[in-house]
Parts: sequence; structure tokens; C-alpha cells
Amino acid sequence: MAKVLMKGNEAIGEAAIRAGCKNYFAYPITPQSEVAEYLVKRLPEEGGVFLQGESEVAVGYMIFGAAGAGERVMTTSSSPGISLMSEAISYIAAAQCPAVFVNIVRGGPGLGGILPSQGDYFQATKGGGHGDYHLLVLAPDGVQEAVEMTMQAFTLAEKYRGPVMIMGDGLIGQMMEPVEFPDDLKTEPTNKDDWATSGMDFRKSKKRNLVKSLFLDPTALNDNNLALKAKYEQMKKEEVQFELYNGDTDYQILITSYGTMSRVCRTAIDMLKEDGIEVAMLRPKTLFPFPEKAVFEAACKDSCKAVISIEMSMGQMVEDVERCVKGRRPVEFYGECGGDIPSPEKIIDIIKELL
Amino acid sequence: MQTEIKFAGFGGQGILLSAKLLAYAAMKQGSFVAWIPSYGPEMRGGTAYCTVVISDRLIGSPIIKNPTHLVAMNLPSLEKFENDVKPGGIIFINSSLIPVTSKRTDVTQLVVPVNDIAIKAGSVRAANIVALSAFAAKSELVDLDLLKACVKEEFAAKPKIIPLNMDAFDRGVEIALADQAQTA
Repeated sequence: MAKVLMKGNEAIGEAAIRAGCKNYFAYPITPQSEVAEYLVKRLPEEGGVFLQGESEVAVGYMIFGAAGAGERVMTTSSSPGISLMSEAISYIAAAQCPAVFVNIVRGGPGLGGILPSQGDYFQATKGGGHGDYHLLVLAPDGVQEAVEMTMQAFTLAEKYRGPVMIMGDGLIGQMMEPVEFPDDLKTEPTNKDDWATSGMDFRKSKKRNLVKSLFLDPTALNDNNLALKAKYEQMKKEEVQFELYNGDTDYQILITSYGTMSRVCRTAIDMLKEDGIEVAMLRPKTLFPFPEKAVFEAACKDSCKAVISIEMSMGQMVEDVERCVKGRRPVEFYGECGGDIPSPEKIIDIIKELL
Repeated sequence: MQTEIKFAGFGGQGILLSAKLLAYAAMKQGSFVAWIPSYGPEMRGGTAYCTVVISDRLIGSPIIKNPTHLVAMNLPSLEKFENDVKPGGIIFINSSLIPVTSKRTDVTQLVVPVNDIAIKAGSVRAANIVALSAFAAKSELVDLDLLKACVKEEFAAKPKIIPLNMDAFDRGVEIALADQAQTA
């Protein structure tokens, strides 16, 4: 199909519909309210349901309810809203229900600002809610990837029976780029009869299903956590996605960056190349599972003198980078997170200081 | 080859739409494009600006500090951004609302009273279309027929205002080409 010019937020909404999502619950917050604005019109046309919750706390549990009933369901929000949903996300992870959460990140902490940020990396990848759980976290670098990842997210959520998060940022939500909606990313919903509370009248199996996160028996709780752990280990084996940019050169510096920030770094790398300076970038497309092996191997290339993590945060992903580089190379950091995105020229200055 | 165009004015002038139409036409022409709004805690009547990037390759940084061209629809926009424009670029000035020209001597200035022209076409609300077509004719970034078709498509749901916008479009092109002839 032909390309269309769409805002990231609207494209995420359309991608969810194309992926077969029939349930979308949300509470408005800048900079992602256009997703709701789009879906409030489009979902009913597709026989779906849009419902605005009275708060993000309520929305979190509406998602839990629909996911527990085996429906494809999504919400979108931005940083403070995701914080409010985090309790429900923990419950959903514990109860092993597939659901898609989109965080169009804005500056924090607190109410922060409404401009783009990557300050929610820790929240997305290290928990956010309580307990031993992870989200599978996808980080698009533009509108096209936001579409593809939204479509993939529903498949992944069902494959692992758990919450998947798309971590974008305000810029990806607000900018327009040409997009295509690849039909091959659409999957049929999996059969959930063996676990979902979909109603006995609606399924063949007459087994009583129970969706819960409370396990008072210590053995049962431990078993549930082991089951979750096994899924995260499987994700690490099967779902890691990354891009190595300019990696076939004898680069002196390796940048690690993701999302909008990685696009600025990409331009900086192209400009440095014109000056005869080779720099590569490893861009995680999955923040969890993190591309551990790829980061280590890219950092350990003989020509590579140092690694620098460049983020729209005060230093979050850099902790994972340090963990993966295992002390083999110095790991530096540069970040800004007031809402102004560093320019390619700024990145070039930072890189030149490292040489 | 990458070209960046900043559109700036006050909220309600249709800046975002002009920029979107240019991006849309460039996309139809086969270019990579990005439309990047400045969104902030702005109020109605406050400043509105956005940037269109047109490129023959995948667009890297969407953060543009120094655009190739500027379309300034009001005085604060000209004052704020004129010094950011790359040498050799076009600064488009809406002289209906901007009583001055730019002090820059290393750019091409296109001075068009877009509000007055739009009023002649039938409504001041078409000022953004006059600006778009005049700028497009001067900059030669996109095929004008294609751009005009994009404008028509945009207003497909409001057929009543299509003739107004088509007229506004033609008037914009006309004045830019007259300017071209004068300076040539």
C-alpha cells in the first residue's frame, strides 16, 4: 500500500487497529493525546471500544480486565500517567496477561515538562511497579518503526503472555513522517481458552480459568516468579533487536543511543565521516531484552577506544552499557533532558573531546 | 541533498497546514520527508512554528537549528529566526504583517503581502495557501501542479472552500513568478 504522511501518535493508533486491537482505554496527557483523538473516531468504525478512564489508575485496571478476558488491548500515556498505571502493570505481569502499553515519554521527574525525554528508561526496563517482573520494551526511532513495533507488540505480548511497552518520546509522537502499514506484521490472536477468563459461554473448554496475582502459598509464588523468569530468559535469547550503524568501519568511538536521540547521533556520525573520523553507533531497538552481547562485541572491536552513551536523560541506559562492556573500554556519558534535544554539532563536539 | 524549511507565524495562521502540504507533496514526489512541529506550552494566538525536512536519503536528526529557508508570517517570527537561515536560502516575508525586510544580505528575500492577496481571493484565511504556493514557486522544491493537487485533496471534505484556495494558490504562484522575472 502507498505511503501516507502521519503523525507518530496517529500512526500508533492506526497500527493498533491493523494489528487487531479492539480495545483501547486511555486518559489524555500531552504529548500523546492524539492517539486517543484518533482512536475515538477510528475504533468504533472497526467494531472496537474506546473508553476514557477517570484516571490512569483506573485505565491500568481496565487494561488488566480486558487482557485477563483474552482481548487484544492497548493504552497509551506519557510519563506521569505511566507512573500511575505502574501498580496495574505489576499485577498484569504477575497474572501473565498480554497487553500493550505505549509511553510517549516527556520530561520528568514529577510533572516535569511536555517536551521529549528518555528519562523513563529505568522505569520501563527495571520495573516501575513492584516485584520481580520485566516488560518487553521496544524503542522506535521514528514513525515507521513506531508503527511496526506497535504491530509486533501485540504478537509479542501474546507469545509471552505479558505486558509489552513501546517507549517513544514526545518528538516521535508529534512529528509526521511517511509510513506504511505492513500487513505481514499482523498476526491472528492466539487461542486463550486455556487461561483467559473469557466466559465459559464463549469457549469450548469448560475448565474454570482464574487470572490472579495473589499467591499466598510461598511455593506457588516462587513457581510463578520462576515462570516469569523463564520467559525473560527466553526473551533474551529470541527477541533482542538492535542496529549497528557504520559498524563495518575501523571506528574509534562507539556510541550507544536509541530513539530520537539515535537519529541525531546518526547525522553526527555522517558529518564526522566527512571529516575522516569513523564513529559507530549501536542502537538498541529492544531496551529489554538489552542487546548485551552486541554491545560487548561492538565495544571490544580493536579500533574502538571508548564507548559513549548519549541519551535524553541524566544517565540511565549507560548503566546497562557499562554492565555489558564489562570494563573492557571506558564508558562515557552525555545527556540532556530539559526538553531541548542536543544538536548533531553538539554531539560532534562531545565525540571530538574523546578522541 | 537535504533541504529544511521553517514555517513560523502565530497560532491560527495555518502554519502547520502549509508545512504539512509541502511535506505531503514532497513525499508524493518520492522524497524522504519529516514534519516536525514545535510543540510547547503555547496558547492560542501565541507563536507557532514547524520545520519540514525534505531529503533524498533517510532523515537523521529531526532537530534543525539552521534551516535552509524560512517562511515568516509575522514580525516576531522573522526577528526570531532570520539569523538562523543558512546563507543562500530564501527568507519569505509576509509583508501584510511585517513592515520590514531582513537585514541579511546573503539570502534571497521574497516579500509578499499574503494577507492582502488572500483577501482579494476571498478570505484572509487562505493566507497560508498564498504563502505556500509563492514560496514553492520561488524555491522550486516541489512540482506546483502536484502541490496544488495536494491542497485540493486536503480540502476534499470542505468542497465549498476549494475554489477560494485554488485561487489563492494561483495568486501566490503568480506573484512569486513576477518577483522572479523582476530580479532576473
